[in-house]
Amino acid sequence: MAVMNVNPTRMQLSKLKRQLTTAVRGHKMLKDKRDELMRQFLDLVRETRDLREKVETELVSCNAHFVNASAVMSKEALDASLLSPKQQINVEVGSKNVMSVEIPQFETDTRTTDKGDIFPYGFAFTSFELDDAVMNLDALLPDLIKLAQYEKSCELMSAEIEKTRRRVNSLEHVMIPRYQETIKYISMKLEENDRSSRTRLMKVKDMLLDKAHGYSERA
Amino acid sequence: MAKHIAVIGDAETVKGFSAVGLDIYPCDDTEQAARLLRNIADGDNYAIIYLTEEVYNSVEKERLRYAERLTPALIPLPGVRGSLQTGRKRLSSFVEKAVGSDIIFND
Repeated sequence: MAVMNVNPTRMQLSKLKRQLTTAVRGHKMLKDKRDELMRQFLDLVRETRDLREKVETELVSCNAHFVNASAVMSKEALDASLLSPKQQINVEVGSKNVMSVEIPQFETDTRTTDKGDIFPYGFAFTSFELDDAVMNLDALLPDLIKLAQYEKSCELMSAEIEKTRRRVNSLEHVMIPRYQETIKYISMKLEENDRSSRTRLMKVKDMLLDKAHGYSERA
Repeated sequence: MAKHIAVIGDAETVKGFSAVGLDIYPCDDTEQAARLLRNIADGDNYAIIYLTEEVYNSVEKERLRYAERLTPALIPLPGVRGSLQTGRKRLSSFVEKAVGSDIIFND
């Protein structure tokens, strides 16, 4: 691992030590965040998978009803009966914060609350298959909306997990080792300087003593 | 602000959704679908936009623009011609992105 390009001074050393503690603490926190996000994400994905399976099978049966209806009724009659919808859905979009990821919360509100009053056509000239189809679809709607909320949450969470994982890895495998190496390098360098100045002093002291007392001449 | 729900797809599939209160945008041509999606998604009137799987698979580039945003949520649904397993693949791609390999759908 490359040592950072810094001056080997005490100042730098203490600065790097501070940065290392921050990096280690950040790494620990991000790792916790990643683990918790992952746990929630996997739970959510499992739930979403089951919900999607359910919705898809229901939807296929709804479509079958519609196909039956269009077989019984003429295309024009079918289109005309669905032309002016009575029902209107409003969605209030809230958001929930899960480990710093904003995930959507959809609250729905329908114009007509009466389940029997959603049919935008008279019953006299339409097939009962169409009634079935619309009724089934209406019953499925809450699940459809829940599915949208879950899948969007999964999408946002997976992106955040990927980002967090990259951060954790870069801290763990790049930043922290680099700080450690540099700290080691600087402290070695300082010790080396220390030793070299100590030996120099000893040498100078020897020379001074020699000059004052003339040891070398006496011996 | 209250938002609505839209459905884009072939006329056959989306027809029914209008009866239960969703706004439908019939569209049989995939090139047109991309433009349509941009128009209605940028209007910011819709919280959820359901797409039939055919349409969903044809607007990959447009989808990415909304991936990071809270709304609209773009959700694929099977059309009258049956399921292409797009939804399942989509979920599995999320797992793969988050975990590194698909540990949920690999059965």
